[in-house]
Amino acid sequence: MTAAILVPVEQPASSRPRRRRRDWVFHAVMIPLTLIWVAPMIFVIALAFRSFDDISQRGTAAWPDSFTLDGFRTALGTGSMGRALWISIQVTVPAVILSLLLASWAAYALSRYAIPGRRAILLTMLAGNLLPPQILLIPVSRVMESLGIYDTLFALVAIHVGFGLGFYTFVLHGFMRSIPIELTDAARIDGAGPVQIYARIIMPLCRPSLAALGALATTWIFNDLIWSITVLRTEAKLPVTAALLNLQGGYVSNWNVVAAASMIAAIPTAIVFFTFQRHFVSGLLMGSNK
Amino acid sequence: MTALSALPRPRARLRAVPTVVWMFLLVPAVVEIGMVFWPALNSFYLSLTKWNGLGAAQPVGLDNYRQLFSDEVFRGALKNNVIWAFGFGGLSVLGGLALAVALNRPRRGVSLYRSAIYLPMVFSLAVTGLFWRVQYQPDGTINTLLGAVGLGDFERQWLADPDTALYAVLVAAVWRQVGYVMVLYLAGLKGTDPTLDDAAQVDGAGAWQRFRFVTWPQLRGVNTVVFAVTVIDSLRTFDIVWAMTQGGPYHSSELLSTYMFQQGFTFLNLGYASSIAVVIFALAVVFIITYLVRATKQEVDT
Repeated sequence: MTAAILVPVEQPASSRPRRRRRDWVFHAVMIPLTLIWVAPMIFVIALAFRSFDDISQRGTAAWPDSFTLDGFRTALGTGSMGRALWISIQVTVPAVILSLLLASWAAYALSRYAIPGRRAILLTMLAGNLLPPQILLIPVSRVMESLGIYDTLFALVAIHVGFGLGFYTFVLHGFMRSIPIELTDAARIDGAGPVQIYARIIMPLCRPSLAALGALATTWIFNDLIWSITVLRTEAKLPVTAALLNLQGGYVSNWNVVAAASMIAAIPTAIVFFTFQRHFVSGLLMGSNK
Repeated sequence: MTALSALPRPRARLRAVPTVVWMFLLVPAVVEIGMVFWPALNSFYLSLTKWNGLGAAQPVGLDNYRQLFSDEVFRGALKNNVIWAFGFGGLSVLGGLALAVALNRPRRGVSLYRSAIYLPMVFSLAVTGLFWRVQYQPDGTINTLLGAVGLGDFERQWLADPDTALYAVLVAAVWRQVGYVMVLYLAGLKGTDPTLDDAAQVDGAGAWQRFRFVTWPQLRGVNTVVFAVTVIDSLRTFDIVWAMTQGGPYHSSELLSTYMFQQGFTFLNLGYASSIAVVIFALAVVFIITYLVRATKQEVDT
């Protein structure tokens, strides 16, 4: 993209008061809008801390009249959200690491070497990620069965890695291409092999885009529902999102438990979001920008 | 030897491919073929069979597709999917674009507003669904609010009423999507040329005119991406419906994806479910290609 060099235009002093009034209007619209936007979340948080009696007597929409951690206790204990959370971590961590590792391999090969038809390969890989998952569900569960890993967490990791690879490869490829070829040439002249160049030069330089993709992949994999209910059968093996839906069926009128459980499912991704906010937003723009 | 042959065009000199680099490409490629492309091809074959998962699949030709045409539920789901694509796409693009334009220029509080708007995006669709299920309860916030402002007549069981279930789910999905579209447009607006906008202002153009004739034409690239992404997303939509209504009541909020899942994993009509999946693919393919063309352009540009 061509970047225009701009000198910021100084606002003439006379327009100051008018601008201030416009600011006032802006906030007058945005503050209520933002409040409405976050209201459903605030409401669920309030509900999670109320007691069952309070809710059943005064309704879900009433102003909180009680404060208790019972909802969380039940959700984590008999609602098995605690176990599900641990399962989700066991799936998400290896799946994110493996996806990024394999994607960086493919991106490195495609961006640094004259592999015949590399653009076609790259776009085919990306196309795989754009397919509607529905067209994969039935055959994937059959493939997992024939590999003997159906209903194991390994199967879930495998499908997350396979399905996400195309997108991660595409994004990393774009980034690796922007690394000057002189840099790797110099290393090669100094006697570095392809593996060393990958590990010592390319990967360290890719750190920012790996962080952004990592943040994005973490939320995607952690939030997944459809793959876990496709390749897992045993209830005790379900990760957070699927377990949450099961819990909702079991605690139909215990809204404090349901609210607490959905908070438990939401908090890890919210933490990732606030920790990596900048990376997260740039991650979202990858591959869809320009 | 490379030094000699590489002289004419330094940018084009990419190395001959060592074996280890082939392995670098081959391992991910095999994983993706095994997990994505091979299963996808299988779906096409399965869609031409009748199969309950036991024994061998019986080839039945195009019977499944013929059956789809006369299947009321399928037609309803297709119709709902069209409503969904327009509602979900239209509302989240309008909302996202409006918010992006409003929050584009740096002002006090802008980053706080932006964070609040795109925060819902980090929650899973299932969590979003539950958040909203709570609001839609008979005694939940929405009915309470309606009652409080004197619109008690509009109170209803939003998710249990076939007339409103689909739209109730749609609102929840849009609430989550708006932030994403806003982020895309904010990036697009960053790429526009502010001197053009200033020049138009000097020439006396109003805010709407400047947006319509100066900014909007510069957003064409982002529009294509947003359009393709939204349609692909709306054909994929599954989680939020599954979490809120499972397609009910009476299939009133059924989408192709939920119907496919039911046929495949509840009723074990694997051949029939595959034919629904193929229809979803056929509907998505144009937009997948649009997105890929866009991606190719980006590859050439950089």
